Amino acid sequence: MIGNWRWLVIGCVGLAMAGCTGFGARDEARSGADVVERGTDGGADRDGSRVGTADLGGRFDGSALDDPQSPLSKRVFYFEFDRHEVSAEDRPVVAMHAEFLAANPQISVVVEGHADERGSREYNLALGERRAIAVEKLLTLQGARQSQLQVISFGEERPVALGHDESAWRVNRRVELLYSGQ
Amino acid sequence: MKRIIHLLVLPLLLVAVGAQARLSIEITEGVEGALPIGIVPFGWTGTAPPQEMAAIIGADLARSGRFAPIAADRLPERPQTIETVSFDRWRGLTDSLVVGQVAAEGNGYRVRFQLVDALRGDQLAGYSIRTDAAGMRRVAHQIADIVYQTLTGERGAFDTRIAYVTVAQEGGKRVHRLAIADADGHDEQIIYTSEHPLMSPYWSPDVGWLAYVSFEEGASAVYRQNVMTGERERVAGFRGINSAPAFSPDGRRLALTLSRDGNAEIYVLELANRRLIRITDNLAIDTEPAWTPDGQALIFTSDRGGQPQLYRVRVGANGPLESPRRITFEGSYNARATVSPDGRRIAMVHGGGGGFRIAVMDLESGNLRVLTRTRLDESPSFAPNGSMIIYATEVGGRGVLEAVSVDGRAHQRLGLHRGDVREPAWSPFLGK
Repeated sequence: MIGNWRWLVIGCVGLAMAGCTGFGARDEARSGADVVERGTDGGADRDGSRVGTADLGGRFDGSALDDPQSPLSKRVFYFEFDRHEVSAEDRPVVAMHAEFLAANPQISVVVEGHADERGSREYNLALGERRAIAVEKLLTLQGARQSQLQVISFGEERPVALGHDESAWRVNRRVELLYSGQ
Repeated sequence: MKRIIHLLVLPLLLVAVGAQARLSIEITEGVEGALPIGIVPFGWTGTAPPQEMAAIIGADLARSGRFAPIAADRLPERPQTIETVSFDRWRGLTDSLVVGQVAAEGNGYRVRFQLVDALRGDQLAGYSIRTDAAGMRRVAHQIADIVYQTLTGERGAFDTRIAYVTVAQEGGKRVHRLAIADADGHDEQIIYTSEHPLMSPYWSPDVGWLAYVSFEEGASAVYRQNVMTGERERVAGFRGINSAPAFSPDGRRLALTLSRDGNAEIYVLELANRRLIRITDNLAIDTEPAWTPDGQALIFTSDRGGQPQLYRVRVGANGPLESPRRITFEGSYNARATVSPDGRRIAMVHGGGGGFRIAVMDLESGNLRVLTRTRLDESPSFAPNGSMIIYATEVGGRGVLEAVSVDGRAHQRLGLHRGDVREPAWSPFLGK
């Protein structure tokens, strides 16, 4: 148990450092995946991952991107199977990212699309791209410049959760916003 | 210092890996009515041969689902030539016998074998083959091919290769490897290793090259690599996705999927001059092109109808010759087609409520048959004689390869000792 906590502390420091290089969103998603993978371990890891998130916030210095209370801290959007529509719940959040990008033209973002493992790999690569393009379109419609955005799809090749059931699949069907250039 | 240690350790590891087969084969479902055959352990003179020829030949024939080799301890006698066979003793056991010997010769071996009709006492086939020690397994596969062809009338596909991708968690990293092995899983060779995803290996018709997708530059790009020399080049690295490469039957063109013009579309790339010919133009996803054996048409996946289904389009030198026509109508998800070598059927990923399975469809009648019972099947690939389909699936939480006979009766599993294995591609025939 103590060993677990030590790992978590190391993990939190690692996350915070990774955050400083501008890839906070990705690492946050990865830590979320760990929770899913180790779901059977019970409470300790889940609690630990919450500690990690608070720590991550504490080390940043103030801009909207780094504020865990800001809606901009939500940078992963989930999708239904074989669908690419951004959910009604996520649309306002994407709009806030668009507004932020419009106000900060020096900042760019990678819009990374993913799929769950079901079906064929190449189709999923295209599906991941289509999801990313759906988010990209919303961002540009609402003020972000095309030059700030880069779409990349990994299809089903980079799952955050490695299970083979819906609990893993629903978190793998996603688009992540990865900010850089801060 | 660290680097030196690395260099010292690496060759040792490679040797250890090379010395043992990493893919193990397990026949998960045999076939009733398979033909019994006696494969007598080969005799030898001089130096003991490095391989048990009879064991390799027997395993090959058993995997096809068409033969049931008699267990070694149930063989009534162990003749080495047709002259010494006591035909009475084989009556009721089998009509077919393979006998042979291995003799040391120079710095290699000479392998002689005879396929015998035990009912009539006739020789059906007999060959003498010279090889070095490293070539012994290959000679055994070639003998299995001759036996198979003589008794079934259909060319054997044992002396062929498979390519596949393995993924293992190593020191906190996911390591992707592109590997080649004999069709029975032996003699694995790694031809590319990356921390980034590798996808979609596809053999050139002369078995000299593999085309595949690598994410080493951060996003997908299509490469081709010479299997023997290691020569490697990027053939497509446009904005967006670059994926699903498929060599044309003449080897001069590569069908592939690019989203450089906005969304996933099928293109044909002429390899000699890099001319790019656009085949599809549609707001939907179009991907996974598969050539028909005559090189005149592509079958591909499109969700233009709302769900992924298979379409067929005839292609000419400068583009499509018609509007693509839908060819699958059964089930809510049909994708990743591969065309049988005779062009008469396709295998695909067929999905519905219960999962994603491998199905074959007769192109003329449209009859579709599901061959598998697992739920996450993908990447089907025909043996070059069309008798079996190898595909990837998930068993017990791990990625494994399985093969199924086209009639759905024989099943086998090729598993790695650790990690996942996926995206098998069965090579064309190695020679004419």
